[in-house]
Amino acid sequence: MKGYRKYFTTKLVWFLTTFVFAFLLNFILPRLMPGDPVAVITQRVTQGMTSQSGAQAVYEQYAEQFGTNKPLWEQFARYMANVVRGDFGVSFSQYPRPVAQILGASIGWTIALQFPAIIVGWLIGNTLGALAAYLKGGFDKVVMPVSIFISNFPAFGMAVILLVVFGVNLRWFPTSGGYGFDLIPSASWGFVWSVIVHYQLPFWSVVLISIGGQAIGMRSMAIYELNADYVKYARFMGIKDWKIIGYVFRNAMLPQITGLALSIGTMVGGALVAEIIFSYPGLGYTILNGVIGQDYPLISAATLIITVMVLIANFAIEIIYGLIDPRIKAAQAD
Amino acid sequence: MINTLRQIFRSGKFVAGFSIFAAILLGSLIYPLIIRDAPLTIIGQGTFFPPGIYVSVYDSVGATTTYTLDIDDAAVNRIASRFNEEDRLAVKEWLVAAGIPEAEIDTADTEKLLAQWETNFDSTKRIPGMTNAKRNYYIRLNSSIDGLLSSEGLVIAAKNAETGALEQIDTIEQSDYVNVTEVANVRVLPLGTDNFGRDMLTELVAATRVSLSIGFIAGTVATLIGLTLGLLAGYIGGWLDDIIMFVTNLFTVIPSFVLLILISFSIGQEQRGAFTVAVVIGFTSWVWTARAVRAQVVSLRNRDHVNLSKLSGHSIVYIILNDILPYIASYVVMALILQISSGILAEAGLSILGLGPKTTEVPTLGLMMNWARIYQADIQGRWWAYLPVLVTIASVAFSMNLMNTGLDQVFNPALRD
Repeated sequence: MKGYRKYFTTKLVWFLTTFVFAFLLNFILPRLMPGDPVAVITQRVTQGMTSQSGAQAVYEQYAEQFGTNKPLWEQFARYMANVVRGDFGVSFSQYPRPVAQILGASIGWTIALQFPAIIVGWLIGNTLGALAAYLKGGFDKVVMPVSIFISNFPAFGMAVILLVVFGVNLRWFPTSGGYGFDLIPSASWGFVWSVIVHYQLPFWSVVLISIGGQAIGMRSMAIYELNADYVKYARFMGIKDWKIIGYVFRNAMLPQITGLALSIGTMVGGALVAEIIFSYPGLGYTILNGVIGQDYPLISAATLIITVMVLIANFAIEIIYGLIDPRIKAAQAD
Repeated sequence: MINTLRQIFRSGKFVAGFSIFAAILLGSLIYPLIIRDAPLTIIGQGTFFPPGIYVSVYDSVGATTTYTLDIDDAAVNRIASRFNEEDRLAVKEWLVAAGIPEAEIDTADTEKLLAQWETNFDSTKRIPGMTNAKRNYYIRLNSSIDGLLSSEGLVIAAKNAETGALEQIDTIEQSDYVNVTEVANVRVLPLGTDNFGRDMLTELVAATRVSLSIGFIAGTVATLIGLTLGLLAGYIGGWLDDIIMFVTNLFTVIPSFVLLILISFSIGQEQRGAFTVAVVIGFTSWVWTARAVRAQVVSLRNRDHVNLSKLSGHSIVYIILNDILPYIASYVVMALILQISSGILAEAGLSILGLGPKTTEVPTLGLMMNWARIYQADIQGRWWAYLPVLVTIASVAFSMNLMNTGLDQVFNPALRD
């Protein structure tokens, strides 16, 4: 393990740097935009208010709350101090609930939905791609065009189609929500069953979205590896077929792991939109509500959380990659 | 150049993708020349009219010539359309509940069933366990099947302007027909109407055009930024390379979707036109182009012909334009194609989040999806409100990807089958 220290340290430093920059962007982007966010908010809040001085008072109160009347560095210090304490302010649209509480309620749903779905989609996609490369012929001719089509299909489109076919026409699964609307969250069997049933459609739509791209990538990697010299050499040596296939897929897998790290951001974006189609009570739906309610603190905090989640996932994949890839192990030994 | 084009058009995948794309593009350009309705005019008083040919009832009654056709199954069709199997079973259910023995009811015998219904039905009667909605359904059914078996025509009356009394002006026999081509007002709605009562097809065509241009602008912006940064980082190198690569790596891991949400939300609903959204999408999706262009330029930088050019004292701009760009042009075109298609998808995703272009001016594919979702077209089974939109988005993306794969095989011999 000792040899890995350098690799992990570089990765960790990089992770922290991106984190700082993501944090900065999250802070600075809304403030770079033309127009005064506080003025927009005030306008919304004071709609129908006739007294000019009343509107002025509201404006000043919000300006104070967001600190927009202070210099930029002071705003940033304040923002950072608040975030470190886990204080994202108070939601506008669901006043007086704090943003942290709203996000806390929805983040679990998103993680429980997307994490397993992306992993399962990745596994199925890679298996299909590897099989297509190895079996060739009819299997390949079916899997490839379907994968290409699916990988071009928008995430929300997949969700809508699953919803219509299995939710509306066949009535196998409910069409919206995270659990039955007549239930109160509890540890009872009825509630757990309801959660499982509501989980299926969003889960499979995310899985299906991630299958296509992975299958295509894995197929071309595996074809490339199958034609490599070491495979021919191993064949001449009389090594058993299944053993060669083991080597081939292990080698083809490595770029696929990096591929997962690079595409995880896009996948999460698609999955967030899929959540909306099913009114799944996760972060995607929370963002939608924030947009509808012009809820600036909620949107800002939700985007920050998603970024952090993607960064952590990325970091985790990099670490796993480092443990698996023999080249990194070899490089560390030098 | 001509040779390259000839080679490209020999690739089956490229031609297939190109044909689909060209069909969509030409369709969206030619359709408005023929049908000149404004795409956002609201024509339907109501939501989601199903696809079909809408014939003005008023004009068909007042048509100058009516024709008499004796068609045997006309009566059967009429009865079937107004009194279908479901209604018959409902009638049976009511009659059984009202106390008629089940054996005496035959749903296939229209005449007898209607006679039983007429003698027994009473809208004021309360049947235990029946919901109000069901009760109203029976009342509607009663008026709809009233006089179903009559062979008399209908009388058309108009109000006399002076006395206010109804005066008979015309009668319509059951065997009267009008020729649709002679009716003054016929409107074909091949895809019905949307939730606002707008002609779906006209709107879809306009939306496709807008979405394609959003994709095109976003793709161009992204490719230009990516190309410039990639060229600078790759060719000039040094600290500039370090800085550009640092920024690029940063934006590779920070999800662009999140940046899109943040920027679009900050711009605000009022400022968000289709053009702005396109530019914002372009500004958040240049990363991959920059990376790939840089990698290619780095491998080109020390080729002999570039070195020769340097020795000849050509300027950096000249070298980049003449010795570098031609070698990466094919790649840049492919990247542009992919950027366009992902730009269209990004707009659709944003619109579903409610962060799409301002809603009052132009339709886009994403906005149409969003309205269909808000009005629950999917749950209510109004397929014409979302399926054509989905098919359009998917075919645009699919055709572009096919073109890209085809180009890839032409320019990259290792990938040929």
